[in-house]
Amino acid sequence: MTTDTGRLSTPVMLDVNNISVAYGAITAVKGLTLNVREGEIVTLIGSNGAGKSTTLRTISGLLKPKSGEISFKGEIISGTPGHEIVAKGICQSPEGRRIFSRMTVEENLEMGAFLRNDHAEIKADMDRVLELFPRLQERIHQKAGTMSGGEQQMLAVGRALMGQPKLLILDEPSMGLAPVLVDLIFETIEKIRSQGTTILLVEQNALAALRIADYAYVLESGNLKLEGPAKELANDQAIVNAYLGG
Amino acid sequence: MTSTAIGVRKRIQINTILVRLSIFLIGLGVFSWLGVNLVRGPADFVTVAIQGLNNGALYALIALGYTLVYGIIELINFAHGDLFMLGAVFSASLLSERLHAVTSTPANWGLLIMTLILAMAFCAALNVSIERVAYRRLREAPKLAPLITAVGMSFILQFVGLHWVGSAPKNFNTVIPTTSMNVAGVTIRYSTLMIFALTIPLLLLMVFVVNKTRQGKAMRAVAQDKDAARLMGVNVNKTISFTFALGGAMAGAAGLMYEQTVGTVSYNLGFQLGLIAFTSAVMGGIGNLYGAVLGGLLIGLIQGLNDGLPIGLGQRWSQSVVFGILILLMVYRPAGLLGKATTEKV
Repeated sequence: MTTDTGRLSTPVMLDVNNISVAYGAITAVKGLTLNVREGEIVTLIGSNGAGKSTTLRTISGLLKPKSGEISFKGEIISGTPGHEIVAKGICQSPEGRRIFSRMTVEENLEMGAFLRNDHAEIKADMDRVLELFPRLQERIHQKAGTMSGGEQQMLAVGRALMGQPKLLILDEPSMGLAPVLVDLIFETIEKIRSQGTTILLVEQNALAALRIADYAYVLESGNLKLEGPAKELANDQAIVNAYLGG
Repeated sequence: MTSTAIGVRKRIQINTILVRLSIFLIGLGVFSWLGVNLVRGPADFVTVAIQGLNNGALYALIALGYTLVYGIIELINFAHGDLFMLGAVFSASLLSERLHAVTSTPANWGLLIMTLILAMAFCAALNVSIERVAYRRLREAPKLAPLITAVGMSFILQFVGLHWVGSAPKNFNTVIPTTSMNVAGVTIRYSTLMIFALTIPLLLLMVFVVNKTRQGKAMRAVAQDKDAARLMGVNVNKTISFTFALGGAMAGAAGLMYEQTVGTVSYNLGFQLGLIAFTSAVMGGIGNLYGAVLGGLLIGLIQGLNDGLPIGLGQRWSQSVVFGILILLMVYRPAGLLGKATTEKV
């Protein structure tokens, strides 16, 4: 199925075309172009301040691009308000987790399914998430803010899954986690993909991300520095040394 | 080094003891004052307490508007008291002037209920428009900008009220009878029963909406993290509008009840009642719904007891007592009675 470019031959799902994003006078992303095909894991890597989270926030509609456009399944979504983008099938587990700390784990997961009305299926999805993260099952009635960082991270990913995403965006899912939990998170990401969800992943832990991804984009100070099949980037010692902090 | 450390520890201990002692003495003073009054005239005591709770219920309804808005956008909506005033003025001019419902007949009770619904709708719509016009664009601005806008909005509403009813307080005959009944020496005004009969279901409805409905869930999510709520598909603007509508409706209901129980409206009545209601919200722990209700009832009760009990400071000290208690409470419990000093993991 994989072509020699490392990409799947499936249709393009997310197409980010030459976007620039600015916070006031400071341009955080400059003319970025990237795409994600159905069924892929695509990773966006780069150092702090490279513009990774800005890109993800723009895709989810929390920021508006100054120029360029984003389309999802052929429909232009840049300019659509964030809450409507969720309805189209893009769910994000944001940087810093951003769980609702005064709600219980269960309520957080229910918030993930806010736009859905299919109660039976929501229940089934909740079971699936709890199966993916058994720790959450143990904490189901606990206030989310009282959990450990790793548990909160699982909750953030689980909450995004509750929206039945076609495209799941994960922003730094392994940040601040113990190594054993990092492995668990990456295993889970692969499992989620094998269940049919396309994934766009941003990671500081670039080598781990490259190991599970099909294709990678490397950002540096808001510009696209290079792109290529994940395996190739991971094996190129020069690239690893220069950009991936290997 | 060691001796200073011990010195510091001792001083801290002495401080804690002093704090506990002063709380104890204040408590002892208040209880003996209440006790003496209770023994001297139990029926009077209960009469006065019920009257206090009657005012407290109104404070609670208004306090909810402050606390809801603060909870969701961390804005102290200074215009809220004046919104309540417009609710009272609206009710007076509709019910008493237009509909001539000035006696207690069954038909007039129907008109009263209709006016209640209209006053709630009127204040809800007004509050939503205020947010849309004045506060929404300032949501990301430094906190002082929306705050001063709220103060400005308060004056605008006050002057709308001034043009509506004129500069002098205006009296109206009411549908709710001004008479009272006597149960074992305790005097209860019919209007008080009326207030409880309307306020309790409204409060229950409010709690239900916030805790059990989809819209309430969206409110709680937006209150905690707007961007995260957006990522769940919550329409943040709509949710904030809904919150203002809910707070406005409560102010409208309070406006009608005030007009019907007191029988007087004036353009500046929102200032004082608004301030007391805001105090209630702070006393209960701003952002906490139950806190607003508790704070409102408590302040009403304190005022009632202070003003009405034979041995007491009397009405002229009313505000001083309320705010004195507020200051004491803030010193010992800065987050308010039910407010939690939240410690959240980052």
